[in-house]
Amino acid sequence: MAQEYKLILKHADAPGYTPDIECYLRQGGYDALKKALAIQPKDLADGKKLSGPEQIREDVKVSGLRGRGGAGFSCGLKWSFVDRKSGKPIYLICNADESEPGTFKDRQIIHKDPHQLIEGMIISCFANDVKLAYIYIRGEMPEGAKILNQALKEARAKNFLGKNILGTGYDLEMHVHRGAGAYICGEETGLIESLEGKRPYPRIKPPYFPAILGLWMCPTIVNNVETLCNVKHIVTMGGAEFAKLGTPNNTGTRIVSLSGHVKRPGYYEIEVGKATLRELLYDKNFGGGLRDGRQLKAIIPGGSSSKVLKAGEKFKLKKKDAEGKEILVETDMLDLPYDFDSLAQAGTMSGSSAIIVMDDSVDIVKALANLSEFYAHESCGQCTPCREGSLWMNKTLQRLTHGEGRASDADYLGKIADNIPGGRTICAFGEACSWPVQSFLAKFKDEFVAKGAADEDRRAKEVSAPEQKQLEAAHH
Amino acid sequence: MSTAATTETKPAAPAIEKIKVKVDGREIEVPRLIADWSGKLTPTTMIQACELAKTDVPHYCWHPKLPISGNCRMCLVEFGTPALGPDRKPVMNPDGTPKIAKSPRPAIACATPISPGMEIYTKTPAVKQMREGVLESLLINHPLDCPICDQAGECKLQEYSVDYGQSQSRFVEAKVHKPKAVDLGPRIMLDAERCILCTRCIRFTRDVAHDDALGIINRGSYNTIATFPGMPFDNNYTLNTVDVCPVGALTSKDFRFQMRAWFLKETKSVCTSCATGCSILIGSREEKIYRYTPRDNDAVNASWMCDAGRLNYKWIGRADRLKDVLVRGQKSTWTAALNEVSDKLKQAPAGSVAIIASARQTNEELWLLSKLKAKLGAVSDSIARIGAADKLLVCDDKNPNFNGARLTGMCFTEAGINLAQIANGIEQGKITTLIVFGENLVKHGVSAKVLGEKETISEVVEQHSLTAELLAKLDTLIVSDILPNETTKLAHYVLPGCAHAEKRGTFTNTDGRVQKFMKAVEAPGDARAEWEFLHDLVHNVTGQNRFVTIEGLFNQMAKEVSAFNGLTWQALGDTGVTVQI
Repeated sequence: MAQEYKLILKHADAPGYTPDIECYLRQGGYDALKKALAIQPKDLADGKKLSGPEQIREDVKVSGLRGRGGAGFSCGLKWSFVDRKSGKPIYLICNADESEPGTFKDRQIIHKDPHQLIEGMIISCFANDVKLAYIYIRGEMPEGAKILNQALKEARAKNFLGKNILGTGYDLEMHVHRGAGAYICGEETGLIESLEGKRPYPRIKPPYFPAILGLWMCPTIVNNVETLCNVKHIVTMGGAEFAKLGTPNNTGTRIVSLSGHVKRPGYYEIEVGKATLRELLYDKNFGGGLRDGRQLKAIIPGGSSSKVLKAGEKFKLKKKDAEGKEILVETDMLDLPYDFDSLAQAGTMSGSSAIIVMDDSVDIVKALANLSEFYAHESCGQCTPCREGSLWMNKTLQRLTHGEGRASDADYLGKIADNIPGGRTICAFGEACSWPVQSFLAKFKDEFVAKGAADEDRRAKEVSAPEQKQLEAAHH
Repeated sequence: MSTAATTETKPAAPAIEKIKVKVDGREIEVPRLIADWSGKLTPTTMIQACELAKTDVPHYCWHPKLPISGNCRMCLVEFGTPALGPDRKPVMNPDGTPKIAKSPRPAIACATPISPGMEIYTKTPAVKQMREGVLESLLINHPLDCPICDQAGECKLQEYSVDYGQSQSRFVEAKVHKPKAVDLGPRIMLDAERCILCTRCIRFTRDVAHDDALGIINRGSYNTIATFPGMPFDNNYTLNTVDVCPVGALTSKDFRFQMRAWFLKETKSVCTSCATGCSILIGSREEKIYRYTPRDNDAVNASWMCDAGRLNYKWIGRADRLKDVLVRGQKSTWTAALNEVSDKLKQAPAGSVAIIASARQTNEELWLLSKLKAKLGAVSDSIARIGAADKLLVCDDKNPNFNGARLTGMCFTEAGINLAQIANGIEQGKITTLIVFGENLVKHGVSAKVLGEKETISEVVEQHSLTAELLAKLDTLIVSDILPNETTKLAHYVLPGCAHAEKRGTFTNTDGRVQKFMKAVEAPGDARAEWEFLHDLVHNVTGQNRFVTIEGLFNQMAKEVSAFNGLTWQALGDTGVTVQI
């Protein structure tokens, strides 16, 4: 039976555990930092030396750590893109703008174990020759910002931060920056613009890849809270050992935010891929099953922007058979292992590892209208397809959920959504706002058509025949 | 012949490596680096390569003289690059050509650099569909009020809708409503509903005019261009935002509702409000000027001009323009007046004539005056006009052609140093005849505040000693001007002249750029281009050959004036030639 595996949240919920540094130190806090700072240069076969920071970067690559923010991009690879020859300072930013609907994992770390994040950040900064780092925290989390500021103060007092950290000659300063309440600030280049004091318009790539032209046009690393915490554990355990957690190419643990129609919504840390969606929903260790008498209707598996999975859907998953040959295995959506690659194969993503469960009480059109309203409100409006498309989709869905639908609205909506994603927009928000619409329509089209048709029928009864003709003419 | 004249302002740059790319299947060679909006060499982008391949890529936010923004998405194209095998070597097709790996995602042509062997596809069904999608998005909330919109006829939304859009809208929702007729500043009106949020105005104002005055407020589809509360948008370059605005969102208060753009005749000309000499287009209809707009000239003004210069055209259409040839206050004819003047000048003893030319006259006119000067042994000068300068375009010399006056010998390195000598000569009775062109001598030392409408730009004409009393002592005062003034009232002969918009000619700007300008409108009444009657006069007085065309006149001047050696009217082209000054 699938079990929780508490690596990041090992202490957070333990009785008596407090966010202050003394408590953290009692649990071996900052030992990983001390270990990292003490790594000696290693001689390589070709006569070159690998410095301590280089060894940590290597180890992060070996660990297979993938970004926990949403894209699941290799952390080691991201770090390797950093332009270290520009002569400009390198910045590290912790993306704590956790805003994806359904996601509530980073705030657990920030609120309950802030020093774990800070230690992970210091090690990451040390590994990347960073002298100045920022924690960009969501504006709606004032308490988290307060806790982090207090934690930074404590870390400075203990000389884990500041000048000449622990006598090693390494200097690092760290600041908390609060956002002003925009979802788009979670997009790394939008975040950077916001941090620079501007409107958080995501930057065009090329040329503004953060690793080359990031904060203040300097090389910049932007990592998620949970990702940075993992770096601490990679140093403690060693990359190879860390890679044994989880499944191949999906290493480590993930904190899953489980919400919606389950008996035990909450956050659960699991080894990546070691639990299936069925286990996460139904096991007593996790969701504990749906409400009594209810059937599963759909799951949004990775935060609100990931494509929806319909109950009963089957997918062909690539697996290796006993001889190591790749075979396709038909898998029910509930039997998908909860990891990056399996969900990608099912045409969706594990995103921010936020599972939203919907049972048969859900009006799927209303559910999409709700999501769509969020995206219409949060589109920054910089580029055309997303700016206009997100509101257009919302207006259509609001009409459809307020008795003004048409049977043709399903196709109409689909065409609007098709004009947004696929590289037509500056950032991934285009995908985030259109994927739910596309996937809801693909999997529940009959419900959209039925709702529109019912509206048409009702209106036809309300309106006399000649008036109806006028209305139709007005629509054309 | 001198080699001083060059068509380039900067020394030739070192050779730039060329790379081969294909645009819609056609191979072209393009430089690897190209000057960006600020003139800095940066990797050539797809849109620049397409431009070199003469392939149109529609765009709204991209502008060659503004930083790249990449927000409109109109220039999305498909592309491919040579495929690399596992050995990082190019994979070849059976026919020996490199195999192209087509990118699964499109790219914005404005911001994506090209690479060797790249293939750009601008006409694929996917590209067509993306353009349709962008246009549809831009139009759903647009008011579609073309019939009452000033931009109609020169609107990119209209043009691309015809070229790439769909004929029908499927939008059935309520449109987003935004503020209309927003008074952004003294010269600019905003219709936020027409705005497509391309941010060209913001980028121009911030990065070119260096005034961070404009920004966007609100979110998503409700985004709106705005100024800071209580801060008017009033720098001296605001009207350029009207030019860069691809739609009818920003309109000029001066031009709006005055004339449909398609009725305007556009004439290539030069701004005369200062010695920068920005290249402009004069928009006119039925002998009335409606607007000036800047014309691209990288050697002078890039794509911009200042608001003061742009709006300094109304004096040309003033009702009280000098329209008649006057001889001692009586209406006369050109033949009669020029014959009389010619006779007087021919009889004038050497040294008894002085000429005050204007640095607002053309090179040709000044050169003709210099012929008179030489023949008559006359002392000559010009009047300086000094005002405030800025770091972008505005020059402190408010005369458009001081260098022309200097190079033709009508004044010295400093204008005005001979004025005292002329005043003295008149006072002592040595100078009995004074020829004055385009200068009101009596208006001297006036402050900018009381300047007439002709001088809407702050300028100070320096103090000199030529007073009305002094002018009254002259036997003969010959004045040519455009508008009536104290000096024309005192003149024995008034020869009505033309504004630059009413004639052809050339000016030499503060950097030595010789630029020609064309005739936009007819002069009122009997007013004639100065160069026309001056060469009659020169012929009468000196017997020199006539040049009945401005081309012939210019080419002869270029032969005789050393600074202009080697120039021809034709070779000036639309943007002029820089000479050593």
